[in-house]
Amino acid sequence: MQLRITDMRVGEEGTVLEVQGGRGLIRKLELLGIRKGNRIKKLSSQFMRGPIVLEVTGSQIAVGFGMANKVIVEVKR
Amino acid sequence: MKILLMGNPNVGKSVIFTRLTGVNVITSNYPGTTVEYTKGYMRIEGEKAEVIDVPGTYSLESTSKAEEVAVEMLQNGDVVIDIVDSTNLERSLNLTLELLKSNKPIIVALNLWDEAKHKGIKIDAKRLSAILGVPCVPTCAITGEGIKELVSRIGEAKKGNFQFDDRWEAIGMILSEVQEITHRHHTFLERLGDASVMPVTGITIAGAVLFICFMLIRLVGEGLINYIFEPFFTYIWAPLMLKLSALLGGSGFIHDILIGNLIEGKIEFMESMGLLTTGLFVPIAAVLPYVFAFYLVLSLLEDSGYLPRLAILVDVLMHRLGLHGLGIIPMMLGIGCNVPGALSTRVLETKRERFIAATLMAIAVPCMAQIAMIVGLIGKYGVRGLGFIFMILFIVWLSLGILLNKIVRGESPEIFTEIPPYRAPYLKTTGKKVWMRVKWFLKEALPFVLLGVFIVNILYTVGVIQFIGKFTAPIVTGVFGLPKEAVGALIVGFLRKDVAVGMLAPLGLNLKQLIIACVVLAMYFPCVATFTTMAKELGIKDMIKSVGIMLGVTLIIGGILNLIL
Repeated sequence: MQLRITDMRVGEEGTVLEVQGGRGLIRKLELLGIRKGNRIKKLSSQFMRGPIVLEVTGSQIAVGFGMANKVIVEVKR
Repeated sequence: MKILLMGNPNVGKSVIFTRLTGVNVITSNYPGTTVEYTKGYMRIEGEKAEVIDVPGTYSLESTSKAEEVAVEMLQNGDVVIDIVDSTNLERSLNLTLELLKSNKPIIVALNLWDEAKHKGIKIDAKRLSAILGVPCVPTCAITGEGIKELVSRIGEAKKGNFQFDDRWEAIGMILSEVQEITHRHHTFLERLGDASVMPVTGITIAGAVLFICFMLIRLVGEGLINYIFEPFFTYIWAPLMLKLSALLGGSGFIHDILIGNLIEGKIEFMESMGLLTTGLFVPIAAVLPYVFAFYLVLSLLEDSGYLPRLAILVDVLMHRLGLHGLGIIPMMLGIGCNVPGALSTRVLETKRERFIAATLMAIAVPCMAQIAMIVGLIGKYGVRGLGFIFMILFIVWLSLGILLNKIVRGESPEIFTEIPPYRAPYLKTTGKKVWMRVKWFLKEALPFVLLGVFIVNILYTVGVIQFIGKFTAPIVTGVFGLPKEAVGALIVGFLRKDVAVGMLAPLGLNLKQLIIACVVLAMYFPCVATFTTMAKELGIKDMIKSVGIMLGVTLIIGGILNLIL
């Protein structure tokens, strides 16, 4: 099923389908590995729409809630 | 010849730089430690070459300041050492491909090679070299492995001949050719890493870490003072100074400058105000132990990789102040000294964030030198004194931040950062860093403290402080409820805040006045070193605004405290 990173469960893995944003955001995210076709794993999220920690290309990155909310992921449930 | 060290943030460029040039630079385990480029020199085949440590960047498309700096520097370089993170080849290769397009001779250093091996990542360096058409050398900068080979092969650097259309496709192709990943189980450090970014366990860990840091700073700082520095000054230095005092005749201009005032025939190191008594005691015996203790703890924190994780936990709070989580870094560094604190505001992307962060730090984060003196001055009152002062500063930090977030125009983007793996600090590097910072403190602080003490003497002798005291009495006495001589501390505070706090000692203030004086001294104006750094970082216009805010807030808070305490 398709959902946003913000809706993924902690520990869940998925494949990036689309970044719903302008060129700037797409470019910014792809530099740290969030781009179409890449596998990501959600490691944690914080209370009150805090940042989300992801594992991507073998490393960890922190992404603000708003940005994570614009990324659509294919997840097997 | 100009050699540029380029690569993603936090891949160890600065460590390699130190290895190549012998020039020590501050390195840490979080992205963005190097905010300004550093130059050094090395010899290659008998020829002198300039080496430049360029701030880390993910790309050369110049959308951020760090990228712009990198692009600009690239134009003037002759050879590029592209430092690649072997544990994350995919991310690093983007910059590598962009560098190949720049038509500069390139040599690739596959750094963090040993860590990649531990992670089960195998990279075929020869194959990579064949594909890219440039030499690729595995290195492990922190232990020095591979550096010799890197140096000996700098001459082989060449313009690559790799052709591609779509960059990510090309990267995918390269990875499938040269990289092999074997799955393996999570290590203890990785589990700990996961736990420290989960909300509940993360906050527990953060609490424990900060508490341990605080206790460690106290233990080391107090220990050094009580068992080494105070005994030295009391039993060895004081008798020596008394002899010198007698030799100088016990009074007179020179005597007062060097020794200061004897109090009941004895030297009081916090009050005498002589160059050789208070002037040496303050920086060495009162401040240095805490500065050392703080930098020891901070350096361990930095090198372990904990700071970015702390940033994630405080991100939501920092958003209320118009910053994001990484805004905690200027605050933490500011506790050591506001100068590196102000410089580190560059980890934040926008002008607005940097203005808010620098202003909040300058106003509400006292430096270790000042904290040490405040502890010396009112530590005996315990929580009622110290705890209260820090609570007020925290409230000011929080409420001013919320206010600035509402009124300062501009953008505050969300946090977006890589989180480095936990690494056990490499004691040699960490130790060297602590030593560099302590040395820097002695070099920067000692002359200013001596100058401060000297100026205090001159001002008193000439009668300037009494004179200014008359004019400023309406504010100092009227608003803050302090004796008018306290203005002397405010004047000297511009030079050194630690000396300024020391000047409060002989005034015989009660607890209420001590609290107000310390809070006012912490907030009203940055010391000259911080002032010039901030002015450079923010620009004159914003600096004037920032100073206006400091003066205004100080008047309000000082006045309120005087009314309610």
